[in-house]
Amino acid sequence: MEHAEPALAVSDLNVEILGENGAFPVVSEMSLSVRPGETVCIVGESGCGKSMTALSLLRLLPDSARVASGSIRIHGEDFLAMDRRQVEDFRGDKIAMIFQEPLSALNPVLTIGEQIAESVRQHRRLGRREAFARAVKCLELVQMPDPERRARQYPHELSGGMRQRAMIALALACEPKIIIADEPTTALDVTVQAQILGLISDLQKRLGTAQILITHDLGVVAEIADRVIVMYAGRRVEECSVYELFDNPIHPYTVGLMGAVPHRDRTEAAPERLTDIPGTVPPLWDLPKGCAFAPRCPGASVRCLEERPPFLEKKPGHFAACWEHDNA
Amino acid sequence: MPDAAAPLLSVENLKVHFAIRSGVFQRQVGEVKAVDGVSFSIGSGETLGLVGESGCGKSTTGLALMGLVKATEGQIAMQGAEDVTQMRGIPRSYRRRMQIIFQDPFSSLNPRQRVRDIIRAPLDIHGIGTIEERRAEVAKLMSLVGLRPDQADNFPHQFSGGQRQRIGIARALALKPDIIVCDEPVSALDVSVQAQILNLLADLQKELGLSYLFISHDLGVVEHVSHRVAVMYLGKIVETGSKEAIFTKPLHPYSELLLRSAPAHDPRKRHKFSAVSDDIPSATRKPLGCAFHTRCPLATDICRQIEPRLERKADGQSVACHHR
Repeated sequence: MEHAEPALAVSDLNVEILGENGAFPVVSEMSLSVRPGETVCIVGESGCGKSMTALSLLRLLPDSARVASGSIRIHGEDFLAMDRRQVEDFRGDKIAMIFQEPLSALNPVLTIGEQIAESVRQHRRLGRREAFARAVKCLELVQMPDPERRARQYPHELSGGMRQRAMIALALACEPKIIIADEPTTALDVTVQAQILGLISDLQKRLGTAQILITHDLGVVAEIADRVIVMYAGRRVEECSVYELFDNPIHPYTVGLMGAVPHRDRTEAAPERLTDIPGTVPPLWDLPKGCAFAPRCPGASVRCLEERPPFLEKKPGHFAACWEHDNA
Repeated sequence: MPDAAAPLLSVENLKVHFAIRSGVFQRQVGEVKAVDGVSFSIGSGETLGLVGESGCGKSTTGLALMGLVKATEGQIAMQGAEDVTQMRGIPRSYRRRMQIIFQDPFSSLNPRQRVRDIIRAPLDIHGIGTIEERRAEVAKLMSLVGLRPDQADNFPHQFSGGQRQRIGIARALALKPDIIVCDEPVSALDVSVQAQILNLLADLQKELGLSYLFISHDLGVVEHVSHRVAVMYLGKIVETGSKEAIFTKPLHPYSELLLRSAPAHDPRKRHKFSAVSDDIPSATRKPLGCAFHTRCPLATDICRQIEPRLERKADGQSVACHHR
């Protein structure tokens, strides 16, 4: 699997938002690649650029934002150079997205089955009835209980978990080889989240899709990721395998995040106080000069405040952007 | 430390039922039993974690204690105070001793008010101190929760989410309450900020001897903050006990399911989550018998017919299950 061609390759992607006082970057120097069968998690807090990255991968950025530079290649083809027709052909067929909030992502006036059939007919030459039958098959695939009946229901008639299953079915309708999932379980209760995580990993094993999963939840990362990219203020600060991330996190931000989450798998006795990260994420239109994390970092030096650290391979397969790690 | 002998707050058989109305004449066509006979007590300086999934009635329980929704039935008593559920309107003497922090620090602060006025409002309402004293108190409260008193003239939108939650906490502390109802106080916050607020709440508890009713869906957070835990499912407490008991040897199958579903924070301890959907009922169509029987691996005929009562087991743990 190591040598397989990446299904999706992003290099040096820069996304900016056009604000009242000129453009400011929301995603800077983003590069990533995903191979078939691999799950890459992008983790970070609100405003770190993870959702903007996801939207740009599908060319679904809002009007106020644009890709300033960089390239996105899907199966080797230059996605950013394509015209609208080609993008629409690709989207849904080769690459698809699962959104966080199924109630707002699904069309309220179409039944679940009609929506899936619509997507199928967009890409495949199928009649209405065949497309609907295909939709029912998709609902079976995502283990929707009573798929025949559910296909004839509207989104509001389904529970949160079933809606998310419907959205996954919609994303998988044309068997895309790349799935982008933006916080797919965040709006769900924990018992339903467990089912949907189980479903996502089952489906990936069966279909061999390349997956990018965006989340703020390190628990979800631990359950599902092969490789992890940690983002802060629009940039990658760390990237490595999921095991390496939990065993030997390098970047102080990653270390801080791990200590900040109360959870049940601490090996040592639970500490009375959580290690909090002082301060807040800086606004993207007013980033500090050096490392964006420096003002909150316990180990920041003068250099960190002055110069931005490059994103480098610190040890085989483990990348980070931190000056102080080199000195330690 | 928790004082089990004389609970500060005790709640007996609390019920909150909402009418479902329909049609031109708004006739009542049904009833949602959002909270359906909940009993618990909280000792001085103690944190009771109330955990459950959306729609289980945990927030409604908190609101009913505050008098923000009307309790249909039940007794709420606070040490040294009358049974407030029997009264028309909740007396201010009781209100002063119990305050609430809301989940969403954006919608729970008036955007047109300056921070000083937001924090001072409870003092104004209860007529505490002179104008000068109130001003000094606001400054004190702001430093207590880690805000700079010179920001008192700012409006809520000038603060980040975490800072706004601190404003909400300062407002709740203004009347020197004994108990604070924390309704998902960190759910809307980023992880790094969430830790700041949890630490602040812990510090305040130590400093001021506060009791918390901590309402949350997040098991990690509940385990971190609570002394005792109550697990709610569809309007009822199905299990309660010490934090250690609930998290290490849960008795109710629902508590077990919750704990099993929480993601491991260790890629070497990954779960094998089942993708199978189960039949999740809601408060509007609550199953007969034990409300959990549709999802329960242990369910038998008796569970489908008779609702189990919360029964005391060893170590002060109580569970509502026919099979445990």
